[in-house]
Parts: sequence; structure tokens; C-alpha cells
Amino acid sequence: MAASHPPTVPQICATFGNDPTRLVDIARQVQETYGHVGPASIDAIGRALRIPRVEVESLVTFYSFLSKQPKGRVVIRLCNDIIDRMHGFDQVLAAFTAELGIGVGQTSSDGITLETTACIGLCDQAPAALVNDVPVTELNSDRARQIVRELRKHMDPKQLVTKLGDGNNAHELVRSMVRNNIRRHSDAEGGDNGAEPRIVLSPHAPPEALRKALSISPAEVIRAIKTSRLRGRGGAGFPTGIKWEFTRAAPGARKVVICNADEGEPGTFKDRVLLTERPDRVFAGMTIAGYAIGAHEGILYLRAEYAYLRPFLEMVLQRRRQAGLLGPDLLGKGKHTFDIRIQMGAGAYVCGEETALITSCEGRRGDPKNRPPFPAQRGYLGLPTTVNNVETLCAVTKIMEEGSATFCEHGSKQSSGTKLLSISGDCLRPGVYEVVFGTPLRRVLAMAGAENAAAVQIGGPSGQMVGRDHYDRTICFDDLATGGAMMVFGPQRNLLEVVHAFLDFFADESCGFCTPCRVGTVQLKRLIEKVMAGRGEPADLETMEQIGRTMKTASRCGLGQTAANPVLSTLKNFRPVYMGLVHTDPDGYRRGFDLEGAVRTSETLTGRASIHV
Amino acid sequence: MAKPRIATTSLAGCFGCHMSLLDIDDRILQVAELVDFDRSPIVDFKRITARCAIGLIEGGCCNEENVEVLRHFRKNCDVLVSVGDCATMGGIPALRNLVPLEECLREAYLEGPTVHNPERRMPDDKELPLLLDKVYCCHEVVKIDYHLPGCPPSADTIFRALVALLSGKQVDLPYGLIKFD
Repeated sequence: MAASHPPTVPQICATFGNDPTRLVDIARQVQETYGHVGPASIDAIGRALRIPRVEVESLVTFYSFLSKQPKGRVVIRLCNDIIDRMHGFDQVLAAFTAELGIGVGQTSSDGITLETTACIGLCDQAPAALVNDVPVTELNSDRARQIVRELRKHMDPKQLVTKLGDGNNAHELVRSMVRNNIRRHSDAEGGDNGAEPRIVLSPHAPPEALRKALSISPAEVIRAIKTSRLRGRGGAGFPTGIKWEFTRAAPGARKVVICNADEGEPGTFKDRVLLTERPDRVFAGMTIAGYAIGAHEGILYLRAEYAYLRPFLEMVLQRRRQAGLLGPDLLGKGKHTFDIRIQMGAGAYVCGEETALITSCEGRRGDPKNRPPFPAQRGYLGLPTTVNNVETLCAVTKIMEEGSATFCEHGSKQSSGTKLLSISGDCLRPGVYEVVFGTPLRRVLAMAGAENAAAVQIGGPSGQMVGRDHYDRTICFDDLATGGAMMVFGPQRNLLEVVHAFLDFFADESCGFCTPCRVGTVQLKRLIEKVMAGRGEPADLETMEQIGRTMKTASRCGLGQTAANPVLSTLKNFRPVYMGLVHTDPDGYRRGFDLEGAVRTSETLTGRASIHV
Repeated sequence: MAKPRIATTSLAGCFGCHMSLLDIDDRILQVAELVDFDRSPIVDFKRITARCAIGLIEGGCCNEENVEVLRHFRKNCDVLVSVGDCATMGGIPALRNLVPLEECLREAYLEGPTVHNPERRMPDDKELPLLLDKVYCCHEVVKIDYHLPGCPPSADTIFRALVALLSGKQVDLPYGLIKFD
């Protein structure tokens, strides 16, 4: 197709067979082609797909990578999560706004849009930004100004990448400056050089695991996974074998395997590394899952922020098809058919929640669904579906390669195997670590060079914040459960600022469907602001706990159920920080009421001062 | 022993709650036997004269004078009760919170279709208390000990609450008294 004639909206719809379940892909392509999905495009899509325009509009306004308003040819999305803020986000943002002459959310006359975004999975090389799909890392104000100047010359984000990262980041289909930062225990001074189990990060020779799986029956594969006691690595820790068994037992001939690569939990980036370095291990895991549950189709749901990995992953899929590892007849054994497609996300944290992810795969806005029915009964398009995390599927492949017994040698009874940790923040060696379950937090911090840590956020904002007296606790499902994020905060950090940043994130990402989450996140944020301003009272802390409990009990999905955790866990583990800031007024006046501020508008309008202030 | 004192006031309210208080009919004589009325629209003192056991507040705070009076009550009453929906939640006056104050006043005094205001002056007499940026309910301004719901709370609700407070018993409001639909 000639560059001067971009495809029309109906043509784009036709590429996807005018299928409403591919609406996310269609909208993404319209956005890419025209810089926005405007009212005319929304109309055209609605007509082509024979769906109400409001469905299209609702989807466009839901996802952060889609917009109704035109954007520039180049969009700079600067990551604003707490780790980036600790590493100079303010200065970089100031440099961008000054050099571009625009504010956040605006577009310069030469077609560059500046935005901020939640975590893009690059906390170990913060501050970072996405320029269209291209990640740029370790920014500073000089580099920001330089990026703008270069973009003005060529408007080609790809040319911003001069020094390539390690491993597959340098692959011709990736060509990214992202670094893997895969660390080994022995990197630490005085760290032991002894046996370091590598399970999900171990090298993978493609046919092996799949061949072994296909040589036994699906029921035996499930039994092997159950024997390994493998639990979901995304955070919830549900036993993988049992999930598969449910899905296999669910009635219906058509079933689906979904790999959740919507790694949106701020501070998590281990799936990015797995997808870059061990894609075959991930896809093999999906294929084995497909064989085990009797599914013939797999979907890799890739978050929009990782779009730069897509051509590479498509190539890997193609290579697997050619090698008979995917396609109509796996390994030519006449036993099973399985193929995988990549579904791109469009920028929504809640889509990491499995039911919201399924809704998004179906081409709708990522609203979570009610459970039951569970996805294993009725998931994608109403079909029995198993949703597994990237790391879980990597472990599946390893279990097939070496057997359940070898896998169980590592870890504890309740938590077998290893866990990948994404460590960032105030530490000398941020990056990805593979540790066996049961490793004490203190040892993990020593590995990362964070002995001085005053607080550690385990499992991202939806997890918990722990302090020094918790450092002897261990990483495992029964103690410090984590989806993999570990943010380290040194003694110089204001923990309430961290809590505030997390609440800001949740308030922004709440889908708004249910009241406890939509309202609770904002209420908590206001109360934290009040406490930070020194206007809090002890009763405010009780109110926060009460709101938090309501959110936990009454929210519809995991986002709302965990969104109060930053407050609840700091109130529990760092109460003195709060107690130092809240006071009771001796006269019974509310400290939160600011009379001076409340009459300011009136004073301006009437031109006289209050006699009561 | 001196009788406990009781003070009442109407802030940003409509006096409906005070009408409801009067609506306890002849039971007001029982109340009068139990208490002395201090500052109240009923007796017309302007300031509280002596420490009060109970302060009843009708209405929320829409201007600086409301805040001053409410704080005066808080300082001088042992127990403060928000009476009625305006005091507890802002009520009807709080509808203006949907519109920024400046816009509200511009519409009312400068730009409304029926406004005749050739000097284009906002009300600025020094006798007029300054409006707050929005209407606040009482517990946002001072600590409030009890809330009586209702618009207005019925005479029975007010009477039962008062008797309970004065006799040191738990307030018992049967469902019928706090059910409004």
C-alpha cells in the first residue's frame, strides 16, 4: 500500500473481518493510522461492525493509548510512577515541557504530544519514557532536551536508539536500548557463588518440553503439574494444575489458553525480561497448557507498553510454526492442534485482572466480570478458558523438561520452585532476580544492595509495605506473597508520598464500575493529602481503615479489593509515621477545615477581608 | 442543683428543625422542667451565657458567621448534636456546591437574565458575612457528638433524643422514626 494512501477506516475494519471481537485491534490501528479515533472514525467503525457507536466510543475513552482528540505524530509518554519520581521525573518532565513549549497532555505545533503514564515496566532503568512504541531509558534533563531536538529533525522514534541493550534487546526485530538486568546472587559482594537454581530463567531447548508432554496423556500432564504444586505467579497463587483440571472438565469442545502478559503492576518487569529472553519457554508453556486442557487456540495478551517486542514475538511464533511446535499437527504426532495469536492491550492496568483481560480480548472495554462463572467455566467468548501468568507458563515448561520432583526440590511445601523478583528503587543493583521460595527478605535486599532500606513495597501498590522488623520474613505464598514487584525505599524517603503516588495511580486506573473502588480510592487520596498537610486527626486514620475495609469487602474485582493496601499496610506497619502528623484540636475544632481558604474567593469578590480569620 | 442548660441555633438551615422542636407540643413543658434554655431562637440570647450541657445545631455552614457561631457552640457545650439533614450532610443549601461560588454569584448578581445591576456590584456590605467557597456540614468544621437524621427530624425523634441525653441513657430511635420513604 502506498504511503500516501493510508487505509480507510472501513478497510481497516475489513482487515479484521468486521469482527466486533477485534474492536481493540481495529481501534488501535485507526489510532496508529490517523493519530486519533475521532467521531467520524467512531461512526464508521460502528457501521462496519454493526454495533452501536456508543460501544466504540466507550472503548476509545477507556484505554489510555486510544484518544478521541488528535495527537501528534510522535507521542512521548513519560512514566510517572514512584520509582521514576525518585530518580528525577520532575527534572525530566520540566526539560520536556520547556523544550517542547507545551504542558502535559498538549501537542506542539510540530506534532509532538507530551503525556505522562503509569509504570511502563522499566523501573530498573528509570526515569523512562515511551516515544510512540520505543522505550527510552535512564533519562535526565539533558537527554530529554536532546530527544526533542532529534525528533524535530527526523520525527522517527526508532532513530533515538543508538546504544542497544543486552541479549535479545539487540535483536534486529527489537533494536531497543532496554537492558535485561538479569542479576545473579553472586553479583553481591560476599554473595555466595554456590548453586543458584535457575528454573524459569534457565536456557530452553525448544522441542524437549513439548515432546515430553505429548508423549503422555493430557491427564498425566495435569497430574504432573499438580504434583509439582505449581501456583500462579501473577500474585494470586492459585494452583495451576487445579485450574487446568477445571478447564479441562468444563463442558464444550472449544477451549482457550490465555497468557497474561499485561504486566501492569507498578514495579514489575520480570515478564518483559522473560518475553525478551525466553519467549520459546512461554509459548511452549502455552502449548502444553493447550494440550492439557484440550484447547486449540492460545492468546498472548501483550500490554500496549511492550508493543516494541511484538515483531520479535511474531517471528518466534512463526519459527515455531515452521518447526512444527505450533500449528495443525504438533511435532507431526497427529495428537494435537494448537496455535497462538497475540492480542495487544491498549493501556489499562485493570486488564491485568483476568476477567477484565478476557473482556478486553473480546474487543470490549476492560471491565471486570462477575465471578462465578469463573473463566475455567465460561471465559473468553463464553468458552472455558485458562488464564496463566507468563512466569507460570515458563515454570510449566521446566516441569515438563525435568519432572515435578526436580522442580519441588526448590522452595517450601506450600510454595515450590522459584520466584522472579523485579527489584527497583533505592538499591545498588536493580533488576530481575530468581530466588527460591522461602528466601528471607533480608537476603534478597543484600543481593540487590539495599541493606539500608527503610521500607520495602512487596508485590507492587496492591501488595504491602513492610519495614525493618519484617526483614526476616520470607518470600513465599504463606508469608510475603508477591507477584514479583519489590520497590525499595531508603530512609530519606517520605512514605506518605509513596502511598499518595500509589493512590493516585489506583484512582486513575479504577474502571469506575463499582462504587467502593471508584469513590474509595479518591476518598483515601484526599485523607492522605489531609494528613500530609498536617491537618489530620487521629479519627482520620480510623476513617481510612474503615474505607479500606469496605473497599476490600465490597469491590467487584481485585483492583478495588487491593487498592486500599498501600494505606492499610502502612497504617499497620508504619503507624508512627502517621501518628507524628495527626493531632487533636483542644477546642474540638476540625483541623481539616481551612477557614482562610474557604473565604478566599469571597474576599476577592467583595474586596474586603474576613473578620473571623 | 442547677438544671442543665441547653442552647440551640439555626445556621444554614430553614428553621424547620426548630419548628419540629416546637412541635413536641406540651412536652416542651417537660423539657423546660429538665433544662434551662440558654442561647436559642426561642429565648433570643445572642451569645451563650454559661456552660451548656447540650447544643443543638440546625443547618450547615455557608458563611463565616456560621463557622464562628458553630465554634462558639463547640467551645461552650459539652455535647453537640447535628439536628437534621442540613447539619449532618449540608442538605438543600449544599446544592450550590455543584457550582463554583464565583459562577454562582455572577449568575445571581451580574449575568442572570432578570438581573438589573447597573453598577455591577456584588453584595459587599460589611454587615454581610462572607460566603464560604462551599457549604460545609457541621462535622467538617467542629467535632460533633451525635447526628439526628431527618428533614426535619420528627418531634418524637428530637424529644426522645433529648430525654435520653438528659437522663444519661442510650438514645433509642425505633425504625419508624428514622425511616423516611
